[in-house]
Amino acid sequence: MSSKAETLADVTASDAALRRFLHGLPGVDAVGLEARAAALGTRSIKTTAKAYALDLAISMIDLTTLEGADTPGKVRALCAKGRNPDPTDRATPQVAAICVYSDLVAVAREALAGSGIAVASVATAFPAGRAARSVKLADVAEAVAAGADEVDMVIDRGAFLAGRYLSVYEEIVAVRAACGDAHLKVILENGELATYDNIRRASWLAMLAGADFIKTSTGKVGVNATPANTLLMLQAVRDFRAATGRQIGVKPAGGIRTAKDALKFLVLVNETAGPDWLSPEWFRFGASSLLNDLLMQRQKLGTGRYSGPDYVTVD
Amino acid sequence: MTFDYAPAPESRAIVDIPASHGLFVDGEFRPAADEAVFKTVAPASEEVLSEVANAGAEDVDAAVRSARKAFASWSALPGSERAKYLFRIARLVQERSRELAVLESLDNGKPIRESRDVDLPLVAAHFFYYAGWADKLEHAGFGPAPRPLGVAGGVIPWNFPLLMLAWKVAPALATGNTMVLKPAETTPLTALLFARICQQAGLPPGVLNILTGDGATGAALVAHPGIDKVAFTGSTEVGKAIARTVAGSHKRVTLELGGKAAHIVFDDAALDQAVEGIVQGIFFNQGHVCCAGSRLLVQESVADELLAALKARMSTLRVGDPLDKNTDIGAINSAEQLARIRELADAGEAEGAERWAPSCELPSTGYWFAPTLFTGVTQAHRIAREEIFGPVLSVLTFRTPQEAVEKANNTPYGLSAGIWTEKGSRSLWMANRLRAGVIWSNTFNKFDPTSPFGGYQESGYGREGGRHGLEAYLDV
Repeated sequence: MSSKAETLADVTASDAALRRFLHGLPGVDAVGLEARAAALGTRSIKTTAKAYALDLAISMIDLTTLEGADTPGKVRALCAKGRNPDPTDRATPQVAAICVYSDLVAVAREALAGSGIAVASVATAFPAGRAARSVKLADVAEAVAAGADEVDMVIDRGAFLAGRYLSVYEEIVAVRAACGDAHLKVILENGELATYDNIRRASWLAMLAGADFIKTSTGKVGVNATPANTLLMLQAVRDFRAATGRQIGVKPAGGIRTAKDALKFLVLVNETAGPDWLSPEWFRFGASSLLNDLLMQRQKLGTGRYSGPDYVTVD
Repeated sequence: MTFDYAPAPESRAIVDIPASHGLFVDGEFRPAADEAVFKTVAPASEEVLSEVANAGAEDVDAAVRSARKAFASWSALPGSERAKYLFRIARLVQERSRELAVLESLDNGKPIRESRDVDLPLVAAHFFYYAGWADKLEHAGFGPAPRPLGVAGGVIPWNFPLLMLAWKVAPALATGNTMVLKPAETTPLTALLFARICQQAGLPPGVLNILTGDGATGAALVAHPGIDKVAFTGSTEVGKAIARTVAGSHKRVTLELGGKAAHIVFDDAALDQAVEGIVQGIFFNQGHVCCAGSRLLVQESVADELLAALKARMSTLRVGDPLDKNTDIGAINSAEQLARIRELADAGEAEGAERWAPSCELPSTGYWFAPTLFTGVTQAHRIAREEIFGPVLSVLTFRTPQEAVEKANNTPYGLSAGIWTEKGSRSLWMANRLRAGVIWSNTFNKFDPTSPFGGYQESGYGREGGRHGLEAYLDV
């Protein structure tokens, strides 16, 4: 680790030090940030670039079902979809992971055996995160024990908004430890943090605490992933790597439903964090309906005509 | 595999470019009296786009007489009737905006992303805005029945051909004046297409005349005794010559000239957005912007961090075909302008400033200049004092707000300035002390028809845009 990274180790020594550090990060001008995201949204991605980007986007999907009504049957169907997204074209890439609640991890694990697709589990009293820390850690332990490769935790937004940054930090560190070898994605829930300054601070807080990924949102509140808040998080991982040498991934989740939107996010990645992040190892989409739109666009590009929703599978 | 954007060219088939163009006088196109012509080229390819009539003194006289004849009835129309024509023109500009944007990018060299997303929407907005004033002039604060001046002569530059046309034509016509307009020699085509839009809108003959030509045409127009008002946007040198020409006459003048704007970044700025603002400030329109933020004044304590981020950002700029929808920086407008940019950039190097540009492949034909940054620049360098009018940024540092003000104001110009700080009180403190007609806070190069625009000192006088912009065309 560089000396710069060691300097960063001091910033979590106390609540006051952490507060000073987070509040010392450059502010975010909301108008400018949104204007930049909108400008990048006007990039025109055609022909070969589009073919590349559609396949890349498919391979980055954490295909997700997080409903009270989830059943083993539903999860198995989703796993089959993830393994073979387009039955008419075996060259279609697989998705990156299947994302479920922790009690369905074992089902997904079995259904994905041998596929190379990861099992991701939400945990820590997802989505609100309002439970005792012991309950949250038990949730993580269950998920990991059942075979989760990746854990998507939520931060304690109440503590963050109350200014108890060290408490949020310590909780992420504890979850990190409970994850063992599993990858940790830290959900900031941007919609509840509300301001861009908060999102930047929470991004750094999560990265300092050992997140492998920072993730925009649960998909369960009004505002989820937006081009602007994802752009901001991409700036954070870019700056964090410059400061520490450590690369962190980004996962926008919730509200990305069309191939057109997904391509805009990939442009944000390409022109903000850079090409190093253009792989499922470093960028994911948390999505469900997005996959079918990507598949329809992919078919259109291959055949020259639109097929329609009856030509992709509904799972 | 990398994410290389495939070419995404806007089709040029949408616009039909006639092989030759006449002068637009008295509602019709006609050749120059002496049948003189000149060629206009696409700066990105040096391809000849069209042949254009070169107006001489006789043509200027004919156009001014036509405008004078039209003035009586045009100025007598109720404002609400004049507004109808202007609203119609605004709508036609919107309807034909793709055509106009492609033509503008071809003739000027600016990226289609800018002509499509900035120039054309602003052109339409300008006509809508001043159309709205036409029947409300008695409420504009210039007395109960402000009267037009008569025949206005407009001479406009090549950097925003259609937008500068709109800045002149919309307020002139809304207030009841008639106009003779001379577009720049290197960018006459969109003005001539605009003339066809005026025909389509049924604008009465003579209300707007468009004379293409070179500097001599402009000089003849400005000197013509039949005009009552001169509105000029262009270089300070020509602006001074115009002021000398009209001195002692009854003619009113507004001049919008050069600039060497300070773009000031404090250590508490929102750095990522400041970097975007700097890029937008100097590389927008290849830096062919009179209010470009060409002098970056950055607080020394944050200079290294900011410059590293700025260089990284500059490395992502896409330079190339103006018609490609993913192009950020297009072609330099002319060989002459390219030579001037090169000369000044070389002077920067010779005077000891450190030159940096991202590695980028420039097309082999056409006029191109890579986005360039100079560090180690002081107030004594030519590149800190002279307007380059190209994609070249000079970086200076300061230590205190007072020093930032002194350096920012230490220029014969005074058109615009930008301030980046998260501290509102400091923004206001700075804005009160900066001598510049436009001051942007935490943004740069933002334009709106409701906002007056103009300069101090050698950047000119008079205001265009907003309610203030009416005054330049009213007898008040």
